This record gives sequence, structure tokens and C-alpha cells, in this order.
Amino acid sequence: MHELSVAISIIELAEEEASRRGARVDAIHLRLGPLAGVVKEALLSSYEIARENTALAGSRLIIEEMPIVVYCPRCQAERTLESMQEFRCPECRTPASEVLQGKELEVFALELQE
Amino acid sequence: MNPRLVELRQNVLKHNDLVARALRQRFREAGVFVVSLVSSPGSGKTTLLEKTLTLLRPDHRVAALVGDLATENDALRLRRSQAPVKQITTGTLCHLEAAMVERALEGWDLDRLDFLFIENVGNLVCPSSYDLGEDLRLVLMSVTEGEDKPLKYPTIFNTSDAAVITKVDLATAVEFDWSAASRNIQAVRPGMRAMRVSAKTGDGMNEWMEFLRSLAGAAV
Repeated sequence: MHELSVAISIIELAEEEASRRGARVDAIHLRLGPLAGVVKEALLSSYEIARENTALAGSRLIIEEMPIVVYCPRCQAERTLESMQEFRCPECRTPASEVLQGKELEVFALELQE
Repeated sequence: MNPRLVELRQNVLKHNDLVARALRQRFREAGVFVVSLVSSPGSGKTTLLEKTLTLLRPDHRVAALVGDLATENDALRLRRSQAPVKQITTGTLCHLEAAMVERALEGWDLDRLDFLFIENVGNLVCPSSYDLGEDLRLVLMSVTEGEDKPLKYPTIFNTSDAAVITKVDLATAVEFDWSAASRNIQAVRPGMRAMRVSAKTGDGMNEWMEFLRSLAGAAV
């Protein structure tokens, strides 16, 4: 359970950017991959705790869940995994270990009130 | 006034990643091969590490950092190998971060080491998010935990470089299903090497040591 410290990092990052621009943060858009090791629901409730008594008290956290995308060596193409319990190409069933997307834990954008 | 959408694209764990990158650079320059160990609590990280340190020590300069929420117990056990060992107590934190490793290394001359082992806090979830600058992340699972651990915790297995199945001396007693275990590991991390070890009987230790030496030889 490290979502609270992740939530605090998100807030610090957004606060820094907002104060640099002299703006207020309305919302944070976060991209989250299943391989980031962070649970969406736990992060959302941690965010509610972490934002209290900060400049982001009234802000929202909007999480966009990213699918896992692998490279299939047989199809020579990018493929979206159906299940994180099975790293193989959904088309040809070839095992695929090269992960192209799915580890994101990234503040993608901020909605700012200037 | 309408809100404005500003693209930021910043990794939340950027600070950790930067420290980890600097560590990796230092390790490379010093020629030390760094292995981190992750697993659930009680799967045998400390026992495997104690044996590994003891076996490497005649030919290599080795040291270890060991993370736990509390107590110095694991460091005391590992010091029986005669290798330098430092305990990192994390308090309430469920994982190690790169900055803790950096702090723990203060006063150590990395140039005088061949291998450094970092034993993470026993936890199959949180450590997966934090790069520690290691060359190899080793995930352990003991036969007593069941064959489906990789399916339940795919992230830690997928982000690891190799696996060791521990306590294999108990496999028969717990009717461990080897083919299911191997199938499950390969399902979440195709191509990952999985070794079978009993640190207690010494079974499989040779294969693990060979693996370690060959990787370190190639890296350094």
C-alpha cells in the first residue's frame, strides 16, 4: 500500500507546476498502466486525503487507464493484451515479452484556472 | 474563466528514477554488479542471500543492504557470512526507494566491491514501482506459497529479470506442481529464467551461482 505516497508526489508535482504558472489546479489527468503497481481505487481515495490542506484541496484526479501493449515478434506488430495474466499475442498466441506500454504512472495534463 | 488544459507528461516517480539512474551510473563506473531480491515475506530471501554471500566470499568482494520495516534481525543473520551488511529500516514504508539505497551506501567504497545485494522489504506489490539502480531484479517464490503466485502478482514477476523457486526440499510435502508453476511464470513473463533452489540443502545453488557469475562477468 504505497498509494498515499504516490498521491502526495502527484500533488507536489502539480503544485510546483501551478505555482510556476501562477495558476490554480482544477484537475489532474493521470495515465496509469497496469504494470505501474498502483491500484486505481486506492489511489483515488488516497488523493482525497492527500489534497486536504493543500492548494489542491478542491481539485479532482482523473485517471485514464492505459492498456498493456506488447510487440509481437511473429506478427511484427504492436498488440494490446487482453489479460495481464497472459503475455502473448491475442492474434497468433505467440509469447510476447517486449512491453511497449502499460508501466505509465504519469501526470499527463493539468486543468489550470489562470 | 474557462480552465486551460496544459500538457505536462511527467513521471510521478521521476525523483526516484533520477536517483536510480545516478546510482546505476555509479555502480557501472565502480564495476559492481547489483542484484535486488523481491518476494513475499517469508519466502526465503535472507536464507538464500546468506548462502550466496558465503559461497561468493572466497573469490569475490561482496556486500548487502537489507530492507525491513523494523528490527536488525536480517542484518545480524547476514553478517554471519562475514560480508559487510547494512540494515535499512523503513519504518512504515512497504518498499525500498532509490534514495534509501543511496543513503545506506554512504561511507562505502563501491570500487572495492564486485557484488552488491539489495534485499527489498517482503512485499509482492509496492517494490515493483521503484527502480533501485540494480542490474538484476530477482523475484523469489517458495514452493509453500503455491504455483499461482505469478498470476496473482503479475506486475512484480513481469518487472523482474529472473526467478528463483525456493524451499524446493519441501516440494514433495506440499505437492508442488512444477509444470503449473513454470507455465504461470512464462505466462506473465515469457522467456524468464526460473531456477530451483533449496538454500537449506544446497540443491540448485550451483546453477544459481553459475547464473550470477556469468551475468556479472558479462556486465563488468
